[in-house]
Amino acid sequence: MVVRGSTVVEAAQLEAEVAGLDALELAADDEPGRLARVWASLWPKLAAVVLFFGVWQLLVWTGWKEEYILPSPFTVMANFGSEASDSEFWDAIVRTMQRAVVGYALAVAVGSAIGAVVSRVSLLRRAVGSMITGLQTMPSIAWLPLAVVLFTLSERAIMFVVILGAAPSIANGLITGIDHVPPLLLRSGKMLGAGRLGLYRHVILPASLPAYVHGLKQGWAFAWRSLMAGELLVIVAGHPSIGTKLQYSRDFSDYPGLYSWMIVIFVLGVVADSLFGKVDSAIRRRWGLIDSAS
Amino acid sequence: MLDTRKEATTAVSVQGVSKVFGRGAHAVVALDKVSLEVQRGEFVCLVGASGCGKSTLLNLVAGLERPSVGTVTVGSDRTALLFQEAALFPWLTVGANVELALRLRDVARNERRDRAMELLDLVHLGDFFKHRPHELSGGMRQRVALARALAQEADVLLMDEPFGALDAMTRDILHDELERIWRERELSVLFVTHNVREAARLGDRVIVLTSRPGRVADEFTVDIERPRRIDSPPVSGLAARITDRLREEVASHGR
Repeated sequence: MVVRGSTVVEAAQLEAEVAGLDALELAADDEPGRLARVWASLWPKLAAVVLFFGVWQLLVWTGWKEEYILPSPFTVMANFGSEASDSEFWDAIVRTMQRAVVGYALAVAVGSAIGAVVSRVSLLRRAVGSMITGLQTMPSIAWLPLAVVLFTLSERAIMFVVILGAAPSIANGLITGIDHVPPLLLRSGKMLGAGRLGLYRHVILPASLPAYVHGLKQGWAFAWRSLMAGELLVIVAGHPSIGTKLQYSRDFSDYPGLYSWMIVIFVLGVVADSLFGKVDSAIRRRWGLIDSAS
Repeated sequence: MLDTRKEATTAVSVQGVSKVFGRGAHAVVALDKVSLEVQRGEFVCLVGASGCGKSTLLNLVAGLERPSVGTVTVGSDRTALLFQEAALFPWLTVGANVELALRLRDVARNERRDRAMELLDLVHLGDFFKHRPHELSGGMRQRVALARALAQEADVLLMDEPFGALDAMTRDILHDELERIWRERELSVLFVTHNVREAARLGDRVIVLTSRPGRVADEFTVDIERPRRIDSPPVSGLAARITDRLREEVASHGR
């Protein structure tokens, strides 16, 4: 074999060219510090809270409603403080969160199972695919009378509406995800030698993750709404919950209490939603579905 | 006697292959009695205008589809197919993408990491093991795809316009890279492109396909010494001849 003297030089030069091109093509990204980022995302939210309480206080000052019906935010906050020192306050929150978590977990199990089966059996999906979407549009409060008829005023009636509220979104998320696996990735998986099961495990399931998580997030929102509706109407004796507390506040004309409980519901909703949002955006960032700049 | 020797040196053999999609009045003949061979270690380029069934032909050789008539013989069970897009899995790191290919080839867990690293080093991407595919440029992703193909221990590489979406500079450098790896690993390559210069730059032979239906129209042997440059006069000259042949073929469809 004839070794040309230039071969080594050529190889080194090619390597340098490749490295140079790579360096040029990867844009330099200078990320701001962690603290700066947290602050940048935090201050608009704080500003919104301040604005909200400001408008509320202004509304009180206009004298639109009597002070006992529309108390000032300071009165409500003072009431909130005294409520929070009561153990029943926390009992109610714990009970509601327990219901939320258990109901949601069941909805995830039911929704995922239905989604997995429906997406695999094409006859089934033609039959019930649109029905699942239809169920999503059904307001959960419309299920409540039936729930009470089936299960009387019990925990099971509440679970029933929570699951019916959340499961369709979750099933739909999974079905959409499996439907929209890019054909190119399927081909790629097959070429790598993945069998039917391997294709599911290594390609189809991971590829459907973003849509599934989206469904989970939406399912949670429905679960939370259904739960609140259920707790307001299905009052289980001896089981205080956020919903019953809200209802009692109105029944006993405890308006600062009414506002306090609404704030509790709002805050819990926001916290849970931002948790789902975090997971969602973490996945999307990892996949490169959103710009790292945003 | 002659046949056995032929067996041993032929990597891909396509004999009288036709492919028809649909049936009855709606049937479309994508390929019509196509015969071609790729010898072991040979680099064969396929060029043709739209509708010549280039991708169908690659799918047949890759075993993703079956021919309607004729036989496709591949001398090895290890063929890899590269597409215009890298088709990496976005939920895995660059290294894990390569490792998955090893895993599906039943390579032991403790060996996978080193092997993947080795392959990424081969395409000069060892430093990007832990990166996500979207953090890489198009050309780099294509090199990862190449590393992944090699992880399958493929000795037959089927490439479907793999550099079609890249800019000229990146493509140029990737030609050098592909040529280097092809020689080092003694691969047999069937390379589909509509870029005639690219075909003349890379191929030992260039096969011109007709369109609708796809047939072998002509074949050019590239007697140009390597290493070649895409802008060198011999490569350009041959490219011009192939282009003329293609235009002739395209014009016949307007009549």
